[in-house]
Amino acid sequence: MQRIDIHPTHEYQGYRIRPGKPYPFGASLVPGGVNFSVFSRHANYCVLVLFEKGSQEPLVEIPFRGMFQKTLTEEPVWGEFRIGNVFTMTVLDLDHEAIEYGFRMDSGFPRAAAGLPAFHRFDPSVVLMDPYARAIGGRDVWGQKPDWQAPFQHRSRVVFDDFDWEGDRPLEIPLEDLVVYEMHVRGFTRHPSSGLDEVEGGTYSGLREKIPYLKALGVNCVELMPVFEFDEFEHSRWDEQQGRWAKMNYWGYSTVGFFSPKAGYAATGRMRDGTMVADELKNLIKELHRNGIEVILDVVFNHTAEGNEQGPTISYRGIDNATYYMLTPEGHYFNFSGTGNTLNCNNPIVRDMVLDALRYWASQYHIDGFRFDLASILGRDPWGGPMANPPLLEALAFDPILGKCKLIAEAWDAGGLYQVGSFPAYGRWAEWNGKYRDTVRRFLKGDPGEAGAMSQAVQGSPSLYQGRGPTASINFFTCHDGFCLADLVSYNDKHNEDNGEGNRDGANDNASWNCGWEGPTEDAGIVSLRERQMKNAMAMLMVSQGVPMILMGDEFGQSKQGNNNTYCLDNELNWLDWSLMERQADYHRFVKNMIAFRHAHPALRSKDHLRNTDYVGSGYSDVSWHGTRAWQPDWSGRLLAFMLCGRHAKGGTARDDFIYVAMNMYWDALPLELPQLPVGMRWHVFANTGMPSPEDVFVPGSEPELADQAGCLIGGRSVLILVGRPATA
Amino acid sequence: MGFSISVEDGQGEATITLTGELDAAAAPQFKEAIEKVAEAKPQRLILLMGELEFMASAGLRVLIFARQKMGAGVSLYVIGSRGPVLNTLKMSGFHHSVYLQDVYTPE
Repeated sequence: MQRIDIHPTHEYQGYRIRPGKPYPFGASLVPGGVNFSVFSRHANYCVLVLFEKGSQEPLVEIPFRGMFQKTLTEEPVWGEFRIGNVFTMTVLDLDHEAIEYGFRMDSGFPRAAAGLPAFHRFDPSVVLMDPYARAIGGRDVWGQKPDWQAPFQHRSRVVFDDFDWEGDRPLEIPLEDLVVYEMHVRGFTRHPSSGLDEVEGGTYSGLREKIPYLKALGVNCVELMPVFEFDEFEHSRWDEQQGRWAKMNYWGYSTVGFFSPKAGYAATGRMRDGTMVADELKNLIKELHRNGIEVILDVVFNHTAEGNEQGPTISYRGIDNATYYMLTPEGHYFNFSGTGNTLNCNNPIVRDMVLDALRYWASQYHIDGFRFDLASILGRDPWGGPMANPPLLEALAFDPILGKCKLIAEAWDAGGLYQVGSFPAYGRWAEWNGKYRDTVRRFLKGDPGEAGAMSQAVQGSPSLYQGRGPTASINFFTCHDGFCLADLVSYNDKHNEDNGEGNRDGANDNASWNCGWEGPTEDAGIVSLRERQMKNAMAMLMVSQGVPMILMGDEFGQSKQGNNNTYCLDNELNWLDWSLMERQADYHRFVKNMIAFRHAHPALRSKDHLRNTDYVGSGYSDVSWHGTRAWQPDWSGRLLAFMLCGRHAKGGTARDDFIYVAMNMYWDALPLELPQLPVGMRWHVFANTGMPSPEDVFVPGSEPELADQAGCLIGGRSVLILVGRPATA
Repeated sequence: MGFSISVEDGQGEATITLTGELDAAAAPQFKEAIEKVAEAKPQRLILLMGELEFMASAGLRVLIFARQKMGAGVSLYVIGSRGPVLNTLKMSGFHHSVYLQDVYTPE
């Protein structure tokens, strides 16, 4: 039997249409055609504009209200395709692969002047992108200069969701077992040293080629910097002398469309086919999952690419400015994001859009989790005030489709709201632990009196996350924002001149130390100290309770030449240099073994906070604290040592070795008295950053026995890690 | 340049030769051929693409359809693809789920 709801009821310039279905929003394939549905509360007029792919001239503009023809008799007939505040129609017999679409909207409100504040910014002369577009054309190949004169820049496309997942599902790896790798899709394989060709370098497909590398490194989660469609040409500047783009929106923290993968990150982008781009990303995710690697997306819901009153009209402001944005009583854009506007996330319409987007990514792309950029904004009310019980954050925490997704907040915003430790969590949210980063950095550079704070950091910050467990803490010492690890140990101050803002941009407080010389040096002592400091940092991170996250490039010790805000640079500073894998082979080997050590030891990956007591009757508390003398920590010093009892691993449900970690950030060597192991057990040396390679680290399981079981010397600015297990015969 | 397709049924294997430009207009022909071939339940499907000049996304979708229609037990061989067609296969990652060969050599 044929469906009767695929028959046209009206005709318009040869296009056969019928009233649409309001749900889902956006363009969806339905039997016989494409269903369009778009919300606007304040528009009283809407037109569907269809284009042949790439063409500037519309194929047809079909109004959602007006005079049409009856399909069979061609009699004139009135039609209105709207339910509530939703304009919706189905266009039949449309070749969805061949078209792009947009909307024009108008209202009875007076026209807003460009550059001046206003509540409504309707302008029927502009073709608007669909906020729910599943694919967006116009920036199909990264860096290919667009036609600035073209009236319709970001062009909504239709996507066919029929990808063959071959049984793939999100991996649902427990949060405490993750080792996260924060990375940039383009930067990962754009550098010529990646060995990939022009087409594949810097793409989803290129990343897929390098999965074996990620697996060998030992990470089991990649956190992709924004992959929602953005405009790399936003605020771009051409350098006439160099003949290249001096500035671009390289990082992509400025969303054009929340439902669309960045086409310029797809090798297939040049095919100008939304479904192929989507499938390329899905292929990548499927293959990562096959290799045991989860995918977290860095999502930017705090603002859009439309900027302030001066910015371009792409979609939201032309569809319903007063709904989508937080506005002052005068109609100015609130700027809690530091980028010109603030998405009105706790307006019910926008909240639903955010939820719809995340559900779409979780269900159609099998995404394992999300990291929310400037998430504190998502807890502000429509007038900017922080809320005690923000509906959006609560809805995300309890959403059925997102029920197993990791939710990670960057728990601050550019408007001064800092919520590390106090972000509304609902038992679900984890946070980028900015305090962990600051503590580790200060302790690492030898600031006095940090041992106490460091003891909190290595336990997963129980004072911040009491009741939430260590998995609330995403631990990191570097991320895309701020110094990378090599620069953290090579520069006291930022050097952001390349950004063209007179070194005024980027954070001033970096808690970094250059080890005695600002920037590159040939001094062997400094070079070796820097490498040791990088190893120390990696060691501290990998033995901390909580969820470690490392930044792409830090596993090679790649420098960004002191630039701590490389958001706008599409060049070697941001592209992973694969040749460093060989040139920094010793350090890279250390990092790999540190990650392997974490995976090998459940005692390092507790779901609940350590209790500082013995609750299994092993004779040792789960964690104990030590100084140069065993059992006598000095909380105000530069040396901190702790021991984990393996019988308490995973709350006493797993068996592990004893693990002893001593971190000496004092500049000289110190004698260490070691805590005594149970009879029959011996200390073995896993890592000692004070030793040159290959004595600095051993493959987990093959550690040599320590000569003197009662004590040893720990070098200045060194980390020593021992495992206590039965003596080998 | 147009598109032509020919089908040959053999012992447990079927061979489809594609010539010319596989665009949106030609894709349905290809799909029909796949459906017909699938009925005989071959163990190997061999697609000769040496003479295929161009493949649009619609053509690629039929390949993916073929992969699904034949099922995981059937080996898919893509033979002699080159130039833009080979690029399309690689960019989309489809080359990972088939045998990509210059000359047909059963695995």
